[in-house]
Amino acid sequence: MAKRVAEIFRNTIAELAVVKQWQPRVARLEATFNKESHMRTRFTVNGEPREVEHDTRATLLDILRDQLGLTGTKKGCDHGQCGACTVLVNGKRVNSCLCLAAMHEGDEMTTIEGLGSPEALSALQQAFVSRDGYQCGFCTPGQIVSATAMLEELRAGDPSFASASLNGDMPLEDAEIAERMSGNLCRCSAYPLIREAIAMAAEVKS
Amino acid sequence: MRDFDYARAESLSGAAGQLGEEARIIAGGTNLLDLMKIQVMTPSRLVDITRIDGLKDISEDGQGLRIGALVTNSELAADPRVRNGWPLLSRAILAGASAQIRNKATTGGNLLQRTRCPYFYDTAMPCNKRSPGEGCAAKEGEGRMLAILGTSEHCLAAHPSDMAVAMAALRAEVELRSAQGETIRIPLAELYRLPGDRPDRETVLAPDDIITAVYLPAPLADTRQVYKKVRDRASYAFALVSVAAAVAMDGDRIARVSCAFGGVAPQPWTDASMEESLVGAAPSDEVFGQAADRVLEHARCHPETEFKKPLLRRTLIAALREATGLAASAPGVETARIPA
Repeated sequence: MAKRVAEIFRNTIAELAVVKQWQPRVARLEATFNKESHMRTRFTVNGEPREVEHDTRATLLDILRDQLGLTGTKKGCDHGQCGACTVLVNGKRVNSCLCLAAMHEGDEMTTIEGLGSPEALSALQQAFVSRDGYQCGFCTPGQIVSATAMLEELRAGDPSFASASLNGDMPLEDAEIAERMSGNLCRCSAYPLIREAIAMAAEVKS
Repeated sequence: MRDFDYARAESLSGAAGQLGEEARIIAGGTNLLDLMKIQVMTPSRLVDITRIDGLKDISEDGQGLRIGALVTNSELAADPRVRNGWPLLSRAILAGASAQIRNKATTGGNLLQRTRCPYFYDTAMPCNKRSPGEGCAAKEGEGRMLAILGTSEHCLAAHPSDMAVAMAALRAEVELRSAQGETIRIPLAELYRLPGDRPDRETVLAPDDIITAVYLPAPLADTRQVYKKVRDRASYAFALVSVAAAVAMDGDRIARVSCAFGGVAPQPWTDASMEESLVGAAPSDEVFGQAADRVLEHARCHPETEFKKPLLRRTLIAALREATGLAASAPGVETARIPA
């Protein structure tokens, strides 16, 4: 079947080449079609070694969701603006939609599935439940993964733009949480409860 | 996304050998992949330089700080040496993007990020930066984020970086590896080209040049440094206007000022005549306002950017008030402390 489809596709684009101005485009299509653009990448996800075969263009987000079945990580904007796809790469929070899987050979990823389980929630997961830190829930995995890293950054003493001093204490006030979480949007605007949940988890942890 | 060849470089010479007109370096990829997804950029090859040794360190050599091109924005903003000696740079980086983006975005990549002009992003609209000669849709379009200084009739786009504005005020230099394998250092201001009739050519870099580091000269002890950014929302938004200022005082007179402006030009904007006009002056709103007028003398506005003139004036006055001590320091004003 696949062979037959490929044959039809090849014949169709070959026919398009009779129009002179389409020829460069046809040549490009043929090159794309004939190319071996698949590659193999190995990395660790939630402590498990994984090996994936993928198109060169695949993002880490698409690999996690479509190949590894880890659908907790969400695709919101796919352009790094909403934060729903936030995962930890070697402990740092990043937008997985802006990561090429090919560039992550040997890296260690943590997704929302790796932070806790229904039987044993992480402190942040528990706090989001306790404070009702969501409405529709679509942004929640990204919020929790992002906040997990954010509390680590705070512990390391990294300042934010909202910090009064670059070197002093950074009390976890609302403005400080809001600034540090500005890479995670919530279209339901559950922000006050999200901030409460994060403040609660920070207290539990310290 | 258009298909491309992926090449992982192990060395600078290996990377240079893979580069060319149709190839692009990828490091953080936060801007490049975004533009590739919407086919504004369609490189046929990506050269991944993230595995090359020696580009990830920040080191001091007595005369200043050398920041490797692959140091991430987060690492640079949090570095204790930067927080103490060049606090303006920490503030500017923390004023830009989101924590997730800053964790990936690199020093070299931040300098080379593309404009966020909406017409550059919209492939259905003409854009001379995307395809030279096609026309500029911004001229008749929405203009709130456009530049007012250094533009041409062919392009009104603004450079979006906060980090580069701070580096321009701190008189940074960019270290390059040329195609011939030589290491060259140029002032940051000379990295960029004004749009003229070829807005697609944004820097002086050849396709196989690689940025390897940024140098920050040692700041004068006790320089007061400010980064002020005005934007449409409190966080994760590009500057309408930003001002980076480092000021050294001699008693109640200004001894030295270095400034740069963001959100108003195709590159971090500096104005030497404005800085000179302030040397020896006693700080006052009148003096600061005259300095702003000097910067704005050559401003050319789109109907929707007229507001940037008074906004730049007020932002500069506020920044200089705090940096000279005329106003009490607000959060965000730091004094460079040079370790003995």
